[in-house]
Amino acid sequence: MTTRTLSHLRELESEAIHIIREAVSELERPVLLFSGGKDSVVMLHLAVKAFWPAPVPFPVMHVDTGHNFGEVIAYRDATVERLGLRLVVASVQDYIDDGRLLERADGTRNPLQTQPLLDAIAEHRFDVVFGGGRRDEEKARAKERVVSLRDEFGQWDPRNQRPELWALYNPRHRPGEHVRVFPLSNWTELDVWRYIEAEDIELPNLYYAHDREVFARDGMWLAVGDVTEPREGETVETRRVRYRTVGDMSCTGAVESDAATIADVIAEVAVTRITERGATRADDRLTEAAMEDRKKEGYF
Amino acid sequence: MTTLTNDTTVAAGAAEQPAASGLAGATGTLLRLATAGSVDDGKSTLVGRLLYDSKAVLADQLDAVERVSRAKGLGHVDLALLTDGLRAEREQGITIDVAYRYFATGNRTFILADCPGHVQYTRNTVTGSSTADVLVLLVDIRKGVLEQTRRHLAVGQLLRVPTIIVAVNKIDLVDYDEATYERVAAEIAGVAADLGVPNLVTLPTSALVGDNIVDRSERMGWYDGPSLLELLEAAPAASEITELPFRFPVQLALRPQDAAPEFRDYRGYAGQVATGVVAVGDEVVVLPAGRRTRVSGIDTHDGPLDEAFAPQSVTIRLADEIDITRGDLIAAAADAPEPTQDLDGMVAWLAERGLRVGQKVLVKHGTRTVQGIVRDIHGRLDLDTLTPQATETLELNDIGRIRLRLAAPIAADDYTRSRRTGSFLLIDPQSGGTLAAGMVRGETSFSDAATIEPDQTLTWVI
Repeated sequence: MTTRTLSHLRELESEAIHIIREAVSELERPVLLFSGGKDSVVMLHLAVKAFWPAPVPFPVMHVDTGHNFGEVIAYRDATVERLGLRLVVASVQDYIDDGRLLERADGTRNPLQTQPLLDAIAEHRFDVVFGGGRRDEEKARAKERVVSLRDEFGQWDPRNQRPELWALYNPRHRPGEHVRVFPLSNWTELDVWRYIEAEDIELPNLYYAHDREVFARDGMWLAVGDVTEPREGETVETRRVRYRTVGDMSCTGAVESDAATIADVIAEVAVTRITERGATRADDRLTEAAMEDRKKEGYF
Repeated sequence: MTTLTNDTTVAAGAAEQPAASGLAGATGTLLRLATAGSVDDGKSTLVGRLLYDSKAVLADQLDAVERVSRAKGLGHVDLALLTDGLRAEREQGITIDVAYRYFATGNRTFILADCPGHVQYTRNTVTGSSTADVLVLLVDIRKGVLEQTRRHLAVGQLLRVPTIIVAVNKIDLVDYDEATYERVAAEIAGVAADLGVPNLVTLPTSALVGDNIVDRSERMGWYDGPSLLELLEAAPAASEITELPFRFPVQLALRPQDAAPEFRDYRGYAGQVATGVVAVGDEVVVLPAGRRTRVSGIDTHDGPLDEAFAPQSVTIRLADEIDITRGDLIAAAADAPEPTQDLDGMVAWLAERGLRVGQKVLVKHGTRTVQGIVRDIHGRLDLDTLTPQATETLELNDIGRIRLRLAAPIAADDYTRSRRTGSFLLIDPQSGGTLAAGMVRGETSFSDAATIEPDQTLTWVI
């Protein structure tokens, strides 16, 4: 008797490709959120696979906080160039410069991304927005659908979500509404890394151990940079670190690590006792429901 | 090829599957499970226990749960808080919506859909069961079979979840008494037999203490069966989908005019194999048109394949130029479904506004969406008696049987034969909202195994 069974990673890959093809086929104007972070890199890789030998049939969008790591922006631009994609940039800095947004007292720009994101979706009339969110990331995301409706204000209503049945996704909506689609919903951080290894996907090098000037704040190592100056009493030191997530420099911390290769990272993630957001994201520590509140307003 | 797990074995002589290389041994196969239970029977605790004991809970998550437990004045760490993600849930101490959790053991990766028992529990259980390989139901041993237990079993059977496990929980609160457990287990077996549930397992558990969840309990000498996690590790995944005839709903045609020069004349049909296996050279039929042709190639970004099986996402090329668009079905020529514009189906109604005869809906089956009109409501299931009752409408959480007339044909299988190609959605044409989960009935009764005495005018069973 022949057994034909996919490994769990190949089943997740097949599911993600199916989801991407469904959303693109059912609606008109898709866009993929691409930050250069590992989840968006994997999602874009899956999109390439989904439509091969045709090119990826939609643009990518980056919501640029203006506080990005230089190597991540360089990686983003090189990837867009290599795949011949159109890049839409929604700039938080522009909004701050012309007064539409105010800089927060804590200097964190992550929550400020929502308005430029929603404006760009409206301006380009995008009706499908692919995001790299995973349900294992955070407890509000654990309640998220694969295909998730946003009202005309971009809001998520977690108490009134559509039932999601079998593999029959329903992205239909009224004019002015849009759907967020999360092809990596069922992936864990470890799945993402194992897939990066299996497919030999290149990432920005700050995901791997390197020496960096850092200082300790709120139990995280923050990089010294234009926007993250140490305060009184915070000492700068050189440490061997890597990033588990890549976001706004002001609120994304590094972890101490010697993991210099993909295999090292997998070994590290497999035994870690702290979630990636708990370890490295100040903005998720504000309250028990910080992510839920941001998501309801239209955040990623 | 290197096979570090038994599950990646491919037929001898078959082409090396490029898709499988480098991934063997990661964490084996995927099992999707859904958990459901009534109010306060300890389901969140059970899920929390499963995650905690399988070390899927990380230190910062546990810190948060401990902090909140203390703030609420609890003397113990409330594992239920691990699964209640929304502000309103934590404030009200209830679970509102289906939450998805992930954990893995040495040989399996699990996706758990945790379906709450409070609000909209039928809708949630239908949602969780639709993709589940295993449904885990909780019953409080002190209460025995409740109305919700019957409903959950009926939904599990209606949705044809291959394996149903009933954890008879809170065994610690009856001093691990064997006779009490046997009485409740017999009660459950009786309902399951009425419904025709083929594969039902019961076991005694205490989620709070941890008896028989991950490790076998040492407090019940009279029970020598496996723990819940052992049952889950051994449960068959939906791999039997490869033994059904080949079905391939076309998602889109790939004709890349702006691709590299060698692909200018390329024409392929992208989709996910829903059921079965297909090989290059196989004779297939394209439905609903009914044109026959052969498979001339199976492509992926990683290279061509000699064969593809469910649930692989691939692109298929055909020997003849046929006009094929999204929504068409490529099926095994020797065993293909008959396209029809008359649909007889069971539906679980999931919308606030009820269903009436004459109503217009959209029907999504596979990758095809067609208009439909409700011709007849052929009764709703009375969940107390588990028999059909005549009705004019179907309301929220009702399970009923309807007949639809479609504007264009669909090629569907009986749901009892194939969950993947026998399921459909009803969609509101105006709002786009999902109205109902649908299951195609065949010529035969939906369940031959059921022993329920039918009503005189309405003779169907689920």
